[in-house]
Amino acid sequence: MRPSLLLIIGKRVLAALPVLAGVVVVTFILTRMLPGDPAAYFAGQVDSQAAIEEIRHAMGLDLPLPIQFLHYITGLSQGDLGRSFSTGRPVLAEMLDRLPASLELVLVAVAFGAALAVPLGVLAAVRQGGWADQAVRVITTAGVSLPAFFSGLMLIFLFYYLLEWAPSPVGRLDAFSEAPPRITGFLLIDCALLGDWETWHAAAAQIVLPALSLGLVTLAPIARMTRGAMLAALSSDFIRTARAAGLPPRQVLWTYAFRNAVLPVLTTLGMVFSYSLGGAVLVEKVFSWPGVGSFALDALMQLDYAPVQGFVLVLGVLYVVLNLGVDILLVLADPRIRVEG
Amino acid sequence: MSLSFSANAWHVLRGNPATLAGALICGGFALLAVVGPWLAPYDPMATSAALSLRPPSAAHWFGTDQVGRDMLSRVLVATRLDLGIAISATLLSFTLGLVLGGAAGWLGGWVDRAVGRVNDTLMAFPLFVLAMGIVAALGNSITNIIWATAVVNLPFYARVARAEVNVRREAGFVEAARLAGNGSAGVLFRHLIPNALPPMMVQVSLNLGFAILNAASLSFIGLGVRPPTPEWGIMVSEGAALVLSGQWWAALFPGLALMLAVFGFNLLGDGLRDLVDPRRRT
Repeated sequence: MRPSLLLIIGKRVLAALPVLAGVVVVTFILTRMLPGDPAAYFAGQVDSQAAIEEIRHAMGLDLPLPIQFLHYITGLSQGDLGRSFSTGRPVLAEMLDRLPASLELVLVAVAFGAALAVPLGVLAAVRQGGWADQAVRVITTAGVSLPAFFSGLMLIFLFYYLLEWAPSPVGRLDAFSEAPPRITGFLLIDCALLGDWETWHAAAAQIVLPALSLGLVTLAPIARMTRGAMLAALSSDFIRTARAAGLPPRQVLWTYAFRNAVLPVLTTLGMVFSYSLGGAVLVEKVFSWPGVGSFALDALMQLDYAPVQGFVLVLGVLYVVLNLGVDILLVLADPRIRVEG
Repeated sequence: MSLSFSANAWHVLRGNPATLAGALICGGFALLAVVGPWLAPYDPMATSAALSLRPPSAAHWFGTDQVGRDMLSRVLVATRLDLGIAISATLLSFTLGLVLGGAAGWLGGWVDRAVGRVNDTLMAFPLFVLAMGIVAALGNSITNIIWATAVVNLPFYARVARAEVNVRREAGFVEAARLAGNGSAGVLFRHLIPNALPPMMVQVSLNLGFAILNAASLSFIGLGVRPPTPEWGIMVSEGAALVLSGQWWAALFPGLALMLAVFGFNLLGDGLRDLVDPRRRT
């Protein structure tokens, strides 16, 4: 690795730091605005003003805001995201327990989206302006217009109630399967590692419908970006040269054009992945998927706010880190960025 | 100018059935938002134990829900609320974005940097998660869904406005306007802002669909609009449990209305983007 490459990556990391700081500040502001006085909550039955004041003092809520912020970031640096009233456990532990379920769902959803949308985008680019192009545009726009919670319900009705193909749409495993001992927390990976294919099939059957409803939303951005990148690649000089040299069209399309269109598509996949983490909340609710989103929602309904704040913070940080990761991958993969930097 | 624009619009719409369909759908929903309450055959709030969970029939086209309310009436009446929330939120982000972005592009310096920092931070969250956090923080009300939807969309408008103002700040016609004795505000509002409007209008129509979806999603998870108010997101949420036992209509019709409205605005927004800037179609 040449020093200039390290320098570019270092610059990207540095550029992400103020954004991360912004995420922490926004979460802190949201924390202070949230209704439900935590001191009043802890005071419980001893609902006298003096008791509330005392607890407020003990929790540091009577301090000036900058000092409170200092306490907040000191806590964060020690991994303290507060404690959930409803489960009694630290929010960070709860989030870490549930994060693999959410990530697995989003990963399968984006993989499904890419598998369908990339060929559609290539088709639209090859037939630019034709009916196939129009059809792809309408299909993907329909996909992005589908509320994921609604498509999830309709998939349940069709495949669980009417056709009885899908298992009961509750959670990551049906009642007859036992979760394997946790290695990565990703059920599909853990079962494969342990060679437990029966449970693997059960887990795969559970994830199909939620991943499908989440994946439909990702079709439009992926197909659009593929189409755009393919159009740019197809109109460049090296394609004209390849065609003039008499290379077979298939080879021109996939080997020359597509390979050059892959990078912007990868960037989009990174964006879509992080975006879908947000949309997963709705799908998790519909399918009782035990991820971070349904955890935050359950807490919200019980007016337990620490998990909601933790959820917003963790997803914000994850979003920044994921996009940074994609950025760095691109720097490594694309020599042109190195020249520019 | 207006003639050539409408001629151009007609040309684009004719050659582009998808955009035409989008325009028709949007027009239809706008009409329903106005006349929906008069079209509703029943009182959307009237419950009736005897009529609980009737499937669609001649008397109740969309069936009835668990407490016997007519679904067709509820879906029709909800149009005004859903569109109203989305339009208010979009107007808010449009105005705030124009002011912030315009100031950033025109003044430059620390204002530009500050606005840029706010934009970056707001965009560092998955949109729906931030909206959820904002509604949870501000409290559970319709006004707060509007604010949350407006805030998460703000960066898109502020960026477009900033870029459009910034790119023309030193342009010849702006110099000329300044030399002709126009004040700073005059140049900004009469010469720079009007040029920023077309791309911002495209953003509006692209965003309306998202705003409808965002507001309905927040209601679906129990934030914002509260039952028994007829609203598409809540109605889908109320019908969700019934789907498992085969009563599909209580969730299907409000969900379809929601989907169709979002679809229409997305198609139209896409088409408008072609109209305003044919080069940008990707």
